[in-house]
Amino acid sequence: MLTDESPTPTESGAAAPAVRFDQVVKRYGDNTVLDHLDLEVGRGERVTLIGPSGSGKTTILRLLMTLERVTEGVVHVDGEPFSHMPGRGGRLVPADERHLRARRRRIGMVFQHFNLFPNMKVLDNVTEAPVHVLGMDRDEAAERARGLLELVGLADKQDAHPTRLSGGQQQRVAIARALAMRPDILLLDEVTSALDPELVAGVLDVLRDIAHGTDITLLCVTHEMGFARDVSDRVLMFDGGRVVESGPPERIFGSPEHGRTREFLGAVL
Amino acid sequence: MWSWETAREGLPLILHGFGITLLATVFGSLLAVVLGLGIAVLRRTPSRWVTLPLRAAVEFVRSTPVMIQLFAVWVLVPGLDPLVIGIAVLGVHYATYTSEVYRAGIDAVPKGQWEAAVALSLPPVRTWFAVVLPQALRKIVPALGNYVISMFKETPFLSVITVNEMVHEANRFGSDHFAYLEAFTLAALVFLVASCPTSILMRKLEKRLAH
Repeated sequence: MLTDESPTPTESGAAAPAVRFDQVVKRYGDNTVLDHLDLEVGRGERVTLIGPSGSGKTTILRLLMTLERVTEGVVHVDGEPFSHMPGRGGRLVPADERHLRARRRRIGMVFQHFNLFPNMKVLDNVTEAPVHVLGMDRDEAAERARGLLELVGLADKQDAHPTRLSGGQQQRVAIARALAMRPDILLLDEVTSALDPELVAGVLDVLRDIAHGTDITLLCVTHEMGFARDVSDRVLMFDGGRVVESGPPERIFGSPEHGRTREFLGAVL
Repeated sequence: MWSWETAREGLPLILHGFGITLLATVFGSLLAVVLGLGIAVLRRTPSRWVTLPLRAAVEFVRSTPVMIQLFAVWVLVPGLDPLVIGIAVLGVHYATYTSEVYRAGIDAVPKGQWEAAVALSLPPVRTWFAVVLPQALRKIVPALGNYVISMFKETPFLSVITVNEMVHEANRFGSDHFAYLEAFTLAALVFLVASCPTSILMRKLEKRLAH
């Protein structure tokens, strides 16, 4: 999508999965959050991560957004090392800030607590990155931002300050803000968990539209099983830093094979 | 005792001194506000080669009296205008305090704001100037204002290195005319009259930034 910005694909690039975790370990002190995880997400695939809190789902998204660094293993994006880069003698070494900055642009993230910039109006939240990262012309960025705000149903709020909006509205602005960077991969981190129940549906409707109307690769961590069923190509059940079961939503929700999955779904559904 | 005539006679000299006092405060504050921000930002860099010497320097400046610093620089750096030395020393001294204020303000910006900036790939300069600092400043303007007023009231120290600020001039007039009562009363009144609007201005600024 960012034709002029994207690095040239390697030979394997065209067919490579959008995301590949290769034996990834993430530890915080003695606490192992991800335990030699192997994971692949195809281009345009919609993957939902479910499982109990603390099972490492959110850590996967945070590693991809470079908010955390892997302890061991390598994360690949589009067939190229992402968490690492070629060092002396062609060996992979942990990526430096420059390597990360050049690559993380293709990834967008929507947070549980929205994290809108409260010192900027809604429209400026959405245009900030296109103008200052992509170098887009201010008028063009504003034009696109208005289109995105319309998409999320907030065309009339462009001059409002984020703090004046409801949680659901803030989250829809955050979605527009993430999409404004035209990411190839969108990460959704429990985006409805902080919302009042009556505001959840509006946000999920917007996300359904995006899932059905674009070819974006989607990774979401959610407790909304209905939403997971609607949009996912594949559901991954996590427990203890590992994938215990994975499959199409009909199967995971319809006839889960693993005892841990049944137990978990029994508790949340 | 009190002579209105003497007071009237001394007023122009004292007001001239007040001009110097104001000059020292304005430029000293500017230096303190800018340098303090620089220190606060640099102290967040991951490199210990930067943070450790910086911390030592800040600690050193803060643990020694400003009057001794004034004397030291005045003696060690001859040939500089005492007013310039005064502004520099006051500015640096107060920068060590304002840097702590900035640090508290920056720490109070939620982690999610930094993370959103990373998620949008904002370059560090934009993250600081468009996201973090506007939110931090809003909270720390009152504290910064207090240091400005506090510096204003410490400018009389500059008289020890022969800067002809207001108290220096009051002292001179007092000894020339043996009229210390009038001279220092006037100086005190001018400080009072000047402090009030400054405080009001600060409160207004605070209110404007609060919402």
